[in-house]
Amino acid sequence: MRSVLYVLTAMAVIGLAFWAYRENYQTQAALDRAETLHREIADGRARLGMLRAEWAYLNRPERLRELASLNFDRLELMVFSPEQFGRVDQVSYPARETLPAVTDSIEISSARGTQ
Amino acid sequence: MIRTPLRPLARILEARSKGENPDAIERENIRLRHEEMRDRARLRAESRLLVLAVAFFCAYGVVGVRMGLLASTEPMEPRATATGAPIRAQRADIVDRQGRILATNIETHSLYANPQDMVEPKRAAQELSVIFPELSEERLVKDFTGKKKFLWLRKKLSPEQKQAAHDIGEPGLLFGPREMRLYPNGRLAAHVLGGASFGAEDVNAAEVIGVAGVERMFEDRLRDPARANTPLKLSLDLAVQDATEQVLAGGMRLMQAKGAAAVLMDVRTGEVISLVSLPDFDPNDRPRPAVKGHASDSPLFNRAVQGVYELGSTFKIFAVAQAMNLGLINPVTEIDTRGPLRWGKHRIRDFHNYGSKLTATKVIVKSSNIGTARIAQMIGVDRQKKFLKSLGFFEPTPLEITEAGGGKPLLPPHWSELSTMTISYGHGLSATPLHLASAYAAVANGGLRVRPTILYQPTPQTGERVMSEQVAEASRLMLRKVVTEGTASFGEVKGYEVAGKTGTADKPKENGGGYYDDKVIATFASIFPISDPKYVLVVTLDEPVETTGAKPRRTAGWTAVPVAAEMIRRVAPLLGLRPAIEHRATAGITLTSN
Repeated sequence: MRSVLYVLTAMAVIGLAFWAYRENYQTQAALDRAETLHREIADGRARLGMLRAEWAYLNRPERLRELASLNFDRLELMVFSPEQFGRVDQVSYPARETLPAVTDSIEISSARGTQ
Repeated sequence: MIRTPLRPLARILEARSKGENPDAIERENIRLRHEEMRDRARLRAESRLLVLAVAFFCAYGVVGVRMGLLASTEPMEPRATATGAPIRAQRADIVDRQGRILATNIETHSLYANPQDMVEPKRAAQELSVIFPELSEERLVKDFTGKKKFLWLRKKLSPEQKQAAHDIGEPGLLFGPREMRLYPNGRLAAHVLGGASFGAEDVNAAEVIGVAGVERMFEDRLRDPARANTPLKLSLDLAVQDATEQVLAGGMRLMQAKGAAAVLMDVRTGEVISLVSLPDFDPNDRPRPAVKGHASDSPLFNRAVQGVYELGSTFKIFAVAQAMNLGLINPVTEIDTRGPLRWGKHRIRDFHNYGSKLTATKVIVKSSNIGTARIAQMIGVDRQKKFLKSLGFFEPTPLEITEAGGGKPLLPPHWSELSTMTISYGHGLSATPLHLASAYAAVANGGLRVRPTILYQPTPQTGERVMSEQVAEASRLMLRKVVTEGTASFGEVKGYEVAGKTGTADKPKENGGGYYDDKVIATFASIFPISDPKYVLVVTLDEPVETTGAKPRRTAGWTAVPVAAEMIRRVAPLLGLRPAIEHRATAGITLTSN
């Protein structure tokens, strides 16, 4: 009886040791993964910051002004002036498409069909 | 355990037969028994002590080993307790009122050398001097072959420079990561932003600290890790700021001025939409402060908030508004303008002779010094002081940039009645263009004190009342007439109903002793649109001269006003102001019914 108890205890210890071993490695793996993700997030943020800085740099008023004057032939961009304000009724909307005139006769006998 | 009897019969009998005392045997046995007991107890105590000693040794050994381990290993961040947001920017961004970036961070690298690790120091020095022309080869060779163990070479590297330095292949050249402040718009709003530089530096990181402007004022806010991801939102508008700078730079060139400043402010919220001071600088490469010469000659000098100038006739409206507020005059009260007005040995003159009498409105429209001085006499010293104080002319402006604290107005040491008279037309009291803008904002918004701010806060301020609404409106009408029929006729911008007052003040000589004849500060303080005042614009030109006419003209009406008008023309549409519909006179056509 006593030896059975000893064997069972020993097996429980082995089992727990195995469980602890596995938990430990899983934790380490999870921490590694979290660390990788954090690094990726940090890299992502850094990249985003760089892109935002680049975007702001490319959109700086000085450069846009130069581009507008370089491409004046094509774009004809002017400085925003009070004269450019307009009323809604000054906007020329595209003409409304009219449907083609009905020339063919239409069979209407089926309209009173049996149903 | 078998106890030995104390009186063994055999020995007792033997002792009796020999005639000895048998008690001696008993005592002997008791002694032996006690010795045995003592030995056993000692042994037990010894073994206990040993166990205790081993236990203590182990415990202290563990503590000692752990301490040694902690002390000797590289520090490591705890891995299991990482918080939600890892690695943020060291310093928060600064954006304009529409979220466009004014200042941000980028990652870069610094270059340093460990000369003892170098393989070919001479070749490295030679190649480095090719990549960075500002490093001299001889100096580098001296440093690399000398006794130095560590050497900074460059604080910031561009990616191309880094690659080139990397390609030298020298193991003694090393790179350290750096976060650096970038102002993508270059010179734009340089005086507001200020600039940043490195504080404490190490191989692996460096502190970025603000050195001026908003960067320095909000140092703690920008570096607060909890708010590193929320940008600091300023009241500036990038597009408006750019247009203002363009127009002002053009105007400064045309008028041959040596400096210029402009402040555009929302009259209700106190937000500064645009603040320009020329000449300016690039905050990415902030120049060093000038060590000689006048501070105002340095491009770092912010004329709009640091430059205290006598602002001339722009002050007249305050005297008239106060007199109206006190019920002393109304817009049609006639004021005696016979000149020159003598006060002791001083004489007050007008630019032209305006006859013997002018109405209060005309005093403003014609800009009569004598008329304003007479009104100031009615007001008196104490009341004038109190009024100007309530408008904020006694302390530096509360604008949130470091330089604003330096713009303390210069007040007369003895505020005599003569001072009252000269201050009423803008001489004897020096203030910054920003002071003037916030005082005009009070006139524009119906008489409430406004404190200028550089932070985005679109709710109207509820400052204390400095004049009644009716007085403010009457003052605005006078200012409107200055543009329609007075000294600021060039200030008319179609559709935007500009009102304002010109001011031309002679520059005082630096070393005292009177004023220059041919150097002026020309100022135009304007409010637009007058039917529903929204913005105040103050334009100041330092030593302008307009030379298209027969003789050079220096008055603000010829210099500052056209610049301000062009500015309003450019800026008002950007601010989303629709030009008001002009009421044209019907061209002689009479409607008839048929």
